Amino acid sequence: MPEVTQGKQGTITPLRVVIALCLFAPFVAMLWVSSYAKTEPLFAGIPFFYWYQMLWVLISTVLTMVAYKLWQLDQRARKGGDAR
Amino acid sequence: MKDGVNGVALAVFIFFFLAVTVMGFLASRWRRAENENSLDEWGLGGRSFGTWVTWFLLGGDLYTAYTFVAVPAAIYAAGAAGFFAVPYTILVYPLIFTFLPRLWSVSHKHGYVTTSDFVRGRFGSKGLSLAVAVTGILATMPYIALQLVGIQAVLDVMGVGGGEDTHWFIKDLPLLIAFGVLAAYTYSSGLRAPALIAFVKDTLIYIVIAVAIIYIPIKLGGFDEIFAKASEAYAQTNPATGKPRGSLVPGDAGQWTYATLALGSALALFMYPHSITATLSSRSREVIRRNTTILPLYSLMLGLLALLGFMAIAAGIQVKNGQLAIPQLFETMFPDWFAGVAFAAIGIGALVPAAIMSIAAANLFTRNIYKDFIKKDATPAQETKVSKLVSLLVKVGALAFVLTMDKTVAINFQLLGGIWILQTFPALVGGLFTRWMHRWALLAGWAVGMLYGTVAAYGVASPTQKHFGGSSAEIPGIGEIGYIGLTAFVLNVVVTVVLTFVLKAVKAPEGVDETSPSDYTADAGDKGVQTEMPKLGAGTH
Repeated sequence: MPEVTQGKQGTITPLRVVIALCLFAPFVAMLWVSSYAKTEPLFAGIPFFYWYQMLWVLISTVLTMVAYKLWQLDQRARKGGDAR
Repeated sequence: MKDGVNGVALAVFIFFFLAVTVMGFLASRWRRAENENSLDEWGLGGRSFGTWVTWFLLGGDLYTAYTFVAVPAAIYAAGAAGFFAVPYTILVYPLIFTFLPRLWSVSHKHGYVTTSDFVRGRFGSKGLSLAVAVTGILATMPYIALQLVGIQAVLDVMGVGGGEDTHWFIKDLPLLIAFGVLAAYTYSSGLRAPALIAFVKDTLIYIVIAVAIIYIPIKLGGFDEIFAKASEAYAQTNPATGKPRGSLVPGDAGQWTYATLALGSALALFMYPHSITATLSSRSREVIRRNTTILPLYSLMLGLLALLGFMAIAAGIQVKNGQLAIPQLFETMFPDWFAGVAFAAIGIGALVPAAIMSIAAANLFTRNIYKDFIKKDATPAQETKVSKLVSLLVKVGALAFVLTMDKTVAINFQLLGGIWILQTFPALVGGLFTRWMHRWALLAGWAVGMLYGTVAAYGVASPTQKHFGGSSAEIPGIGEIGYIGLTAFVLNVVVTVVLTFVLKAVKAPEGVDETSPSDYTADAGDKGVQTEMPKLGAGTH
């Protein structure tokens, strides 16, 4: 499972919690099959089951991008405070 | 199927095939480093690939010809159940975001070429490393064989597969030529060849999908019409099972299967040697994280591609062999020349992963069997030579497999391969985050997972097969039908954890860990991390 205790200090910061949530959300959405196993509503003639999952491709991409940006932020903050 | 050879399509197909062949041979000159005779050069492209090359390489590697044929074929056969490939590929990216950068760092720091190299270094256990290597090779072989099945499907539909009474040599000649050419340029150019060809492959694939997803629904009267027809077809009773053929959305009973297949496959994907090879060839740690944000474009494409399965039903495609459904749909719907482009996309789509897989399997053999057990003082040049030869052997083996045995054998083994490869997860991913687990416990957990997975898969019957009829079985204790690989994985983890407690209590000897915590976060440019050409075999710098 996604884990963000990378780095020298494994401290949990609010930023890292957000990163973890971004990475974990797709698992909840996709493994909860009964939440989307239905035909209605249709989109352009495509049953819900199919377009919803394709929509999640986009949502998870955005979430991963957010996680990536936040991670860079986190790393910069860490390196800045590290006095290396 | 049309009678005779589809001349126009064949000509287009041959044109593209020749073009990538030339590229494959020229690839050895692309970004060439000074020392060609090292495994890092031949087997990892000099560890020099940037974001875009890595993106094409990974995409070309993970979304194979077999995927293009099999995913819509599964939809064509049974409907919703086949769509699990989409959530599966969605879940892959958060996972690799989490652990692959760590693997990249530690591999660069210590010059690891394979996952087994890492496992040996981390746990100081050659036995565990051998188990991971053997699993990797076993899981990859049938995968290569299936790429051939993909090419065969295309050749069949183009009419060059020959009829029932054609002499076997004539019938298989096109496949033999395709594979001979592939083997030759992989041998000479290594990982650079598939990396370069992947550009052509994916460009073609994206064009074909974009056209197919717009053009075919227009010809078939829109998606409403397509899904209405598909729904009708699924409702019809299958005479073999006495149940409906499939459904548009998974019923209550199918939901566990759907979710466990998606999760299990996602966990397994980056355990495959070829995915790791493509990852380790990237230039920096950042390249991998950046890639997880652009790789999902392939998942979107896969979703669209899956919809082609419904279109095949709506277009009234009737095939005995489900694998032919999509090539047949292309031939029926597209003008001949564009069908040729589509077939070329699938054909080249088989060559790229087949090349990377054979390189990955060869690396495993060389590093973790040859060097660890047969010739301990092998020089980098010798390693490269062995790897090149083994990559040939692996391909010949896969070819022999496809030509002599029934196609279902390759599919059965690929199914088993997925279950097996997942059993290396605790040692590899677990090892990246913690060294708490005991090496012997990991080995025992692996053995239990392998055994359970194999036995359970053997026991699955389908209307057409007595054994290996599918990848799902009842989960003991829960009673729902779920993916065998995931059940085996859970067993594996439980055994590992319990035995670790026991072994620690009796103070069983732990192996030596040659890595240190900072190795897992090192990036290119850091001290001790060489961006290109690390010395092979040197444990530490």
